[in-house]
Amino acid sequence: MKLIKFTKKGIYCIPGNFYLDPWYPVDYAVISHGHADHSRPGNKHYLCHNDSKAIIKHRIGQDISIESLGYNEPKNINGVQVRFFPAGHVIGSAQIRLEYKGFVVVFSGDYKTQPDFISTPYEPVKCHEFITESTFGLPIYKWKEEKELQTELQNWVLQNQKNNRTSVFLGYSLGKAQRIMKLIEGVDDVYVHTAIHNLNTAISGSGIELPETTLLKYDFKKADLQNKIVIMPPGLLGSKLLKKIPNAATAICSGWMHIRGNRRWKGVDAGFAISDHADWDGLLAAVKATEAEKVYVTHGSQAVFSKYLNEIGIEAHELKTEFGEDELAQSEEVKTETA
Amino acid sequence: MKDFSNLISAIEITNKTNAKIDALVDYFKIAPDKDKLWLIALFTGKRPSRPVKSNLMKSWVMEITKLPEWLFLESYSSVGDLGETLALLLPNPEHTIEKPLHIWIDELSDLKPKSDEEKKEYVLESWNGLEAQERLIFNKLIGGSFRIGVSKKTLVNALAKLSGIDANQLMHSIIGNWTPNTISFDDLLNGEHINYDNSKPYPFCLAYSLEKELEDLGETNEWQVEYKWDGIRGQIIKRKEEVFIWSRGEELVTEQFPELVAAVSQLVGSFVIDGEILAIKDSTVLLFNDLQKRLNRKNVTKKLLEDVPVGLYIYDILEVDDVDLRRSSMEERRSKLENLFEQNTSDILKLSEVINFNNWDELDALRNAARSFNSEGLMLKKKSSIYHVGRKKGDWWKWKVDPLTIDAVMIYAQKGSGRRSSKYTDYTFAVRKEDKLVTVAKAYSGLTDVEITEISKWVNKNAIEKFGPVRTVKAELVFEIAFEGIAYSKRHKSGVALRFPRMKRWRRDKTVKDIDTIESVKALIDAS
Repeated sequence: MKLIKFTKKGIYCIPGNFYLDPWYPVDYAVISHGHADHSRPGNKHYLCHNDSKAIIKHRIGQDISIESLGYNEPKNINGVQVRFFPAGHVIGSAQIRLEYKGFVVVFSGDYKTQPDFISTPYEPVKCHEFITESTFGLPIYKWKEEKELQTELQNWVLQNQKNNRTSVFLGYSLGKAQRIMKLIEGVDDVYVHTAIHNLNTAISGSGIELPETTLLKYDFKKADLQNKIVIMPPGLLGSKLLKKIPNAATAICSGWMHIRGNRRWKGVDAGFAISDHADWDGLLAAVKATEAEKVYVTHGSQAVFSKYLNEIGIEAHELKTEFGEDELAQSEEVKTETA
Repeated sequence: MKDFSNLISAIEITNKTNAKIDALVDYFKIAPDKDKLWLIALFTGKRPSRPVKSNLMKSWVMEITKLPEWLFLESYSSVGDLGETLALLLPNPEHTIEKPLHIWIDELSDLKPKSDEEKKEYVLESWNGLEAQERLIFNKLIGGSFRIGVSKKTLVNALAKLSGIDANQLMHSIIGNWTPNTISFDDLLNGEHINYDNSKPYPFCLAYSLEKELEDLGETNEWQVEYKWDGIRGQIIKRKEEVFIWSRGEELVTEQFPELVAAVSQLVGSFVIDGEILAIKDSTVLLFNDLQKRLNRKNVTKKLLEDVPVGLYIYDILEVDDVDLRRSSMEERRSKLENLFEQNTSDILKLSEVINFNNWDELDALRNAARSFNSEGLMLKKKSSIYHVGRKKGDWWKWKVDPLTIDAVMIYAQKGSGRRSSKYTDYTFAVRKEDKLVTVAKAYSGLTDVEITEISKWVNKNAIEKFGPVRTVKAELVFEIAFEGIAYSKRHKSGVALRFPRMKRWRRDKTVKDIDTIESVKALIDAS
């Protein structure tokens, strides 16, 4: 029996007659999380997790038809039971569990197995078939613990302050920005770019508590910012706004920064390997924990990761999708969003 | 080694030279003397020989991580650096080892004569006590190469900032004959082991690209015209029987060109001359690509000396018998130069030819013909000009020949190295041959970072292979390829060889239908 089908528009649930994170407009879209490559505009109806609702409305439109569920709260769509489980990727991110006549498929969306103390931690879900992402599907990727990252980031800010420099973190406005806010909470005043500020407002509006930040106004006074902390989307690297910040030391926060070549490429002052995606061990552990008979591997290193899974005795197939592979590529979307 | 590791992190991430200098100065302020000396030694190529083969290190990592070889190679081609790949694949350390840099280096040099088993035990123990970045440094210490974007000049500028000592003197000091174990840091900086008076160079006089009509330059007889050569501009100093060669980048490169040193040593007297170091074989100047094989080599082997012999085309003279001539006119200096060298020239030392011409119209044809003997074009120097410090508009002009170009389509892409290791930066291009494509050139320079990023993304999406370092891509992206020369070649499948090809422009306005054919490419040979 086939529960899902991979179509041009996205992953389609046959008996349920709905799509998972479709990349072309459909009638019914079940959405894993609020990132632009997963929740796209134009769908007639949206279903997402409670914490994603305000984010998606903020990004796509206040007037869209959207409903939401809590984690583990079942909803029946045409006889298919849909439930969300935490994916630990960003606030409101969910794995989508589909059950039909005892057969279970889980679509991971994007996920991260390591807790970040801001999004609901990832939970493994047993299933027959598992559709997993593979953004960092190479054994060279091994993330540091949150505690270690906290020390690294905070030391960097303190060092900058000693050298009379303003610390600027570049990170995607949904997910990375809030995580950076949490990691450097209490060190000094944090200013955030409008895109991040607006998202924060949407997130706080749905009852989630975020560390305190100040909106970075376009006509800010340089003296106010000196030696403080600024967070802005990566698309603003090289922008006039960034150049206006007094004595800025810039850092990119992204999993890709794990590799020296990537750190050096950007010409910034620091690169921190902070990712919202699972590292190699995280991906492997997640796949094994599902006990799935069949694994579909999507965006990222699908060729490598599925080949490896097959070698260790887990049936895996590559799946071509149109989800973003590049954490930083999403910055282009931010540019237009804030233009 | 924490401080050294932090220094490397700070240096390699920034592309601002001043930030690198500041990081070096900070390190020099806190590091023990022996570590400072080793840093200078490592960054200037005075490295100890490799104690452990990289293949062994690779096999140990595969043994520890239990990864299949294909996955190891896949990781390697994603990282682009073996030492870094090993550092990243290893599991987290279980304890902490903190030793100063010089102790690590001493231990590694003691390791060299030991058995593979002993080496393994030492290396594994070390890996297990170092976090990823330090591990990378450790692996690099074994390999001995630190290509992290610090030139000798940057290092010298940092030392000058630290000590207040003249940068050129420091350049001579660090290049000079010393070893970290036989000199103190202060003595090295103060140049106790050298005689700086002998090596002191003058700043180079530089030219701007011609930006006016030739007629506007005035009378033809006010100008000295020479061919422009694409080699290494060098200043050769012979004082008190010592010979020094400075590059335009203010680095001492004496040891790289032993045949030049030998030839200059045989000349009588003291002098400072300015010229172009070129690869010259059978009285023919070779391309810069060939000369490149001779640059920054730790050992200049006999074979290399035979394959790529170098010579000097002498442009100017700046000092004779301790008298500074830079205030005299070009005309006077030229005649001094001719007096001194006319009788003494050889294949290795040759005066740059002064071109005879009567009116400006003749020059354009001469410029265009320059390509055929690997000259870059013409130099126009005012006969009345003094030897300026640096670049000064008006007295010296360079007038380069325009490169040849074709439109070709990208068919393979490969990742770069170092800073470019995360991107597809090296491409292979093809032109049309009947209904097929035939490879004509490989190129990796000429694009901006933004373009490379965009093309890399495109390659990821449009690659046919899924594994390995080389990706075959859809024949879709068209580039204008510029090159310095073209000739028939039996070694190349296409039957032609381009010299020094590079990307001039990404032609987004063109499709694969618009590319050149092999016939139109070959037509350039007959035309040039």
